Amino acid sequence: MSTLESEHPLTLDTPRLTVKAPLQRYDKQGDLSDGQRVEQAMRHFVRDFGATAATWMEACIHCGQCADACHYYVQTGEAKYTPIWKLEPFKQAYKRESGPFAPIYRALGLKKPVTAAELESWQELIYDSCTLCGRCSLICPMGIDIARLISLARHGMAKAGLVPHELWAVAERAKREGSPLGATAKVFRERCEWLADEHNTPIHVDLPRADILVSMSSIEIMKYPDSIVATARVLNHLGLSWTFRTDGYEATNFGMLAGNADWQKDSSLKLVNAAIACGAHTLILPECGHAYGALRWQGANMYGKPLPFRVLHISEFLAEQVQNGSLRLKPLQKSVTFHDPCQVSRRGGATRAPRDVLNALGTDLHEMTPTGDVNWCCGGGGGVVTIHRADSLRYKVFQNKMRQVDDANAELLVSSCSNCRQTFDDGQAHFHWDKTMLSLLELVSDQLIDTTATTGSQGESA
Amino acid sequence: MNLLDFARGPGLQGALAIFLFGMTWRLAGILLLRRKTDFSVARTGDWWFGAFRLIVQRSLPRREFASATGYPLALSYLFHIGLVIILFGLNQHILLLRTYTGISWSNLPSGLVNLAAAVTAAAMVALLIRRLSHPVLRLISNFDDYFSWLVAFLPVATGMLAVAHLGGRYENLLAIHILSAELLLVWFPFGKLMHASLIFLSRGTSGALLTRKGAAI
Repeated sequence: MSTLESEHPLTLDTPRLTVKAPLQRYDKQGDLSDGQRVEQAMRHFVRDFGATAATWMEACIHCGQCADACHYYVQTGEAKYTPIWKLEPFKQAYKRESGPFAPIYRALGLKKPVTAAELESWQELIYDSCTLCGRCSLICPMGIDIARLISLARHGMAKAGLVPHELWAVAERAKREGSPLGATAKVFRERCEWLADEHNTPIHVDLPRADILVSMSSIEIMKYPDSIVATARVLNHLGLSWTFRTDGYEATNFGMLAGNADWQKDSSLKLVNAAIACGAHTLILPECGHAYGALRWQGANMYGKPLPFRVLHISEFLAEQVQNGSLRLKPLQKSVTFHDPCQVSRRGGATRAPRDVLNALGTDLHEMTPTGDVNWCCGGGGGVVTIHRADSLRYKVFQNKMRQVDDANAELLVSSCSNCRQTFDDGQAHFHWDKTMLSLLELVSDQLIDTTATTGSQGESA
Repeated sequence: MNLLDFARGPGLQGALAIFLFGMTWRLAGILLLRRKTDFSVARTGDWWFGAFRLIVQRSLPRREFASATGYPLALSYLFHIGLVIILFGLNQHILLLRTYTGISWSNLPSGLVNLAAAVTAAAMVALLIRRLSHPVLRLISNFDDYFSWLVAFLPVATGMLAVAHLGGRYENLLAIHILSAELLLVWFPFGKLMHASLIFLSRGTSGALLTRKGAAI
């Protein structure tokens, strides 16, 4: 057997054939000149700068500790994956163009202008090898929120038309069709009607008034439609007034992940306006990590004022219903390990909610090591799972996750993010792994004591 | 005017002026930038406590990261504590401060200060070797990292020589030592030595923002 084959095993039974080092590919959108791309990238990167980002930009002491918290560095040992290095051209640009000593740097030529070639070569570091998981922010002795700075760098890259093609394409499709994966309003409505019929479960769509607006991830709509049924069954079980709305159902925000602030706003405002239109006091976000960050923490800022409703991740909603005694569940009596979606747990502050739900399910929780706020990312967040050229790197990172799950030695593997779930499914198929990721919501739905019943709110249902 | 007179007079005044101007300019350049209003509903209202908590808590690594960061962190603590002992425990430094401010306190035994100086210098050399040999640090290091190391190391080294009367006339050694400290003051606002003040700002900012979300700090 050649060393090539052992070092770069081919995976002939997966849909995409990948090798360790795919050919260099720098994706570009639009027909800007190199100079214009650099100018756009830097102008929009710097434009977003306020005192907060400047503080972090100024504070780095180049200690390199962030590398030890990053799954890309830990799994590959390649120094270029050091989180703060991923920002190097942007640090250079900040110091040269807008830092307190920028005129001195420029006058003395101490910082060279960033070139288009540098930005192109950094595309891999800003997109393919950063899931925005924020683990590096927990180790930094200066307390720099590196993940937030990478998001700002993506704003610049998007304006320069330097987004990896697949990520740009799904974000653009979401802007054009309302969903990145083809789950248009028509498809969504038809799916709800079909699922309601198939599962004999009332699924409310487009009710004019409801207390709760529920949103979905297009990954769930297209790949895990049982989540739609599970959502309906839980809400019906609770007897609440709720609805889906075809003018605001898509919770994913690939515009945000690509770095396109306009598309991010567009996606967020659809949900905000739909919630306002039906008079909802609560908007429930689905099992999707970045959707939580996009709406719970950035939604009001897109709207320009405080939102007139509460925003909850589905795991927070379930935990709330457990705590007020409304959710009646049969005990599951199995051991479970829980994968924390980074944007909900570490970055979102809802680490405890899924554990409260698992406790109510009577499971024996086998925590991973490390777990909770410090849990490892699955490697699919931040839009990385969409980027085909990043597959081999993503699989390397996923092996770290597999080790964690195997060591936890639990019967069931559960999470509350459909993007993590599809990353696990893909990894499972790639490695012929014996672990299947389950949805916390679907687990709850399966264990409802009173499943026959209630239709929830009054009015039209699909 | 000999070298020592220059170092004690205009040299010191000039260095202090640049230090104060540079500090003010850099901090103002950061703090006077706009701050966007965050309209999201905070999970907790204790953001100020979060700022304080992160400032204190991040001084030691999380348990999960301790094994990865233990060695460089131990070296960093050694040389920072060593610098404090030298700066505020050496009799000559206290006398100098009393001359300018009238404030003074008891000095530490010279043996202890000498030991601290030796440990500080050794820890700094070990950190430099690490920076030169570790692939991550080699990649991310720039002029500032090496020059800042040099201007922090020189006062320690020249101070040790002056105390030991090694390498020339005491007056000259003392002048060189004072000038090296002045070089540190001059460079301080422009490079990474500024972390001595930015550490509070940066940790405090993240602590406040993340605590607002109830996120991990």
